[in-house]
Amino acid sequence: MNNRPQLIGSSGDSLREAFGRALVRLGERRHDFVVLDADIADGTGTHHFKKKYPQRFFQFGIAEQNMMAVAGGLASVGVIPFVTTFAVFCMRALEQARLSVAYARRNVKIVASHPGLDVGPDGASAQALEDLAVFRAIPGMVVVSPADPLEVDQATEAILNYEGPVYMRTGRSAAKRIFDAGHRFELGKGQILRDGGDVTIVACGVEVARALEAGAIMEQEGISTRVVNMPTIKPIDVELLIQCAEETGCFVTAEDHNVHGGLGSAVAEVLAQACPCPIEFVGVRDSFGESGEPEELAEKYQLTGPWIAEAARRALGRKATQERLIRMSSPLAI
Amino acid sequence: MIAEVKDRVDFRAIASKARQLIIQMIYEAESGHPGGSLSAIDVLTYLYFQELRLDPARPDWEGRDRFILSKGHACPALYAIAVERGLMPVDLLWGFRKTGRPLQGHPHVGSTPWVETSTGSLGQGFSVAIGMALGLRHQTLPARVYVMLGDGELQEGEVWEGAMCAPHYRLDNLCVIIDYNQMQSDDLTKNIMGLEPLKPKWESFNWKVIEIDGHDYAQIASAFDQAKHIVGTPTVILAHTIKGKGVSFMENSPCWHGSVKLREEELIRALQDLGADASEMPPYLNGSFKQGEDQHGQ
Repeated sequence: MNNRPQLIGSSGDSLREAFGRALVRLGERRHDFVVLDADIADGTGTHHFKKKYPQRFFQFGIAEQNMMAVAGGLASVGVIPFVTTFAVFCMRALEQARLSVAYARRNVKIVASHPGLDVGPDGASAQALEDLAVFRAIPGMVVVSPADPLEVDQATEAILNYEGPVYMRTGRSAAKRIFDAGHRFELGKGQILRDGGDVTIVACGVEVARALEAGAIMEQEGISTRVVNMPTIKPIDVELLIQCAEETGCFVTAEDHNVHGGLGSAVAEVLAQACPCPIEFVGVRDSFGESGEPEELAEKYQLTGPWIAEAARRALGRKATQERLIRMSSPLAI
Repeated sequence: MIAEVKDRVDFRAIASKARQLIIQMIYEAESGHPGGSLSAIDVLTYLYFQELRLDPARPDWEGRDRFILSKGHACPALYAIAVERGLMPVDLLWGFRKTGRPLQGHPHVGSTPWVETSTGSLGQGFSVAIGMALGLRHQTLPARVYVMLGDGELQEGEVWEGAMCAPHYRLDNLCVIIDYNQMQSDDLTKNIMGLEPLKPKWESFNWKVIEIDGHDYAQIASAFDQAKHIVGTPTVILAHTIKGKGVSFMENSPCWHGSVKLREEELIRALQDLGADASEMPPYLNGSFKQGEDQHGQ
């Protein structure tokens, strides 16, 4: 466990670059996959693959709907496609992903760069805050959002090894390093990065580093805070969530995404059925983003470590109220 | 060669039987799309009985040619010809569009494995076909890919994304057929959103275009034969057809696009038009097929 995320400055250390390099690494061993691009290989990180394996790189121009359904066709004849574009343009081809990929049960990997406010200056048109929700709603679609470059590398390999449709987010901005070489990404599994017994923070993507910051803030206040990395949003790690609910009794979810339909909703769906307890949701509150530097936007839209810590205090407050009420209503109450 | 084909396979008889099956399954389902199924069936008959390399005993044979019905609503035509070609038993037709039965209202690979991909949202089957053609060539497999689009389908923007893409990749293993019946769901295509001039449109997108009468087997045969020998360019066959072809009261009428509940007297009239006789009636009619008699009494 490493509780101190380390900012690794240049855009060369972004999640999209990590994805691009992972493709090159995997391309050497695996000859059964190809990469599809819609004129933004420099933006998605796939330019590395294009340079190394030009015969396995297919350009579709600015035409994402065709590209997505073509991927279904490629998969049907045994070629595994990585469909790559910005997250917003994956949503443009959503219905193709639904019918020609998921409904047809094709082994297609959709990898989206530029999710969330992390996109920064390009503004709301490019800041996908809905993608996790809409792809999560497609039957059979696995949804992944890794937290740091090392995890992106491992997740890319894991989704390639998985047989079936996957949607994975990378990220545009310089990333923070969270994991060391000992980390092992496993599809469908979350990990406790920091243990604690009072409250659990569940996060994905860029919010994992911020959740760890929140954990450190809470520690200074004497509150024992558990931080969980949840890189697979679907299927979500039900077992781990129930364990955390039983051991900590309240939650904060944190995601660079609308609070509706993403990680927070996925966590709430599990807990509402299995182990109801207070949950606070950190995310964009049903609005579009705007232009600005990612860190400034994260502050404005209340996604940073201190805001997550604030949400954790609210969750703890609700848990305390609930416990008081339970004690009062108990026949054994004194 | 075409003459030999005609000696061997009686396409007209097969298509006529397929048309009867189309009408029967839509009658039984109480909904479906007869007009575009009847316009498409002659081309499908030729494809499945002459053009496509396939093995009914091994529908998943890797070397098979692929056919995609991108105008998925015309699946009664696909199901009928699949029965006749031995890809599935006839009994399945009577479960068309019914809960828990395999034949979906639009083709679905998950419940009918010989279907190449799920369609029903227009434009997508075309792109999937491009992906198949690209993937087969990438693996140096010689199989060809055929895809049928409706004319109304050409209004989808995705079609023109694909129309740019296939010639860019010089996919000469791809052959598109447009079932050009000039009608779509609500009205004549020219009244909804005009397509003409269509041939120059495809030519300007760098396709080889062959224009035929889509009910004339000599022309159909000649077009597919030409398409196989074109190098470096995909082919599109503009097949002029008649919506509702073969059933007098359905021909050239957009109101028989779908999703239509057929009355029994309409069923009987349609089957008479298609040359059926009482001995050929499916068992579910329970002997009620009596010429000219209205069993509903309405």
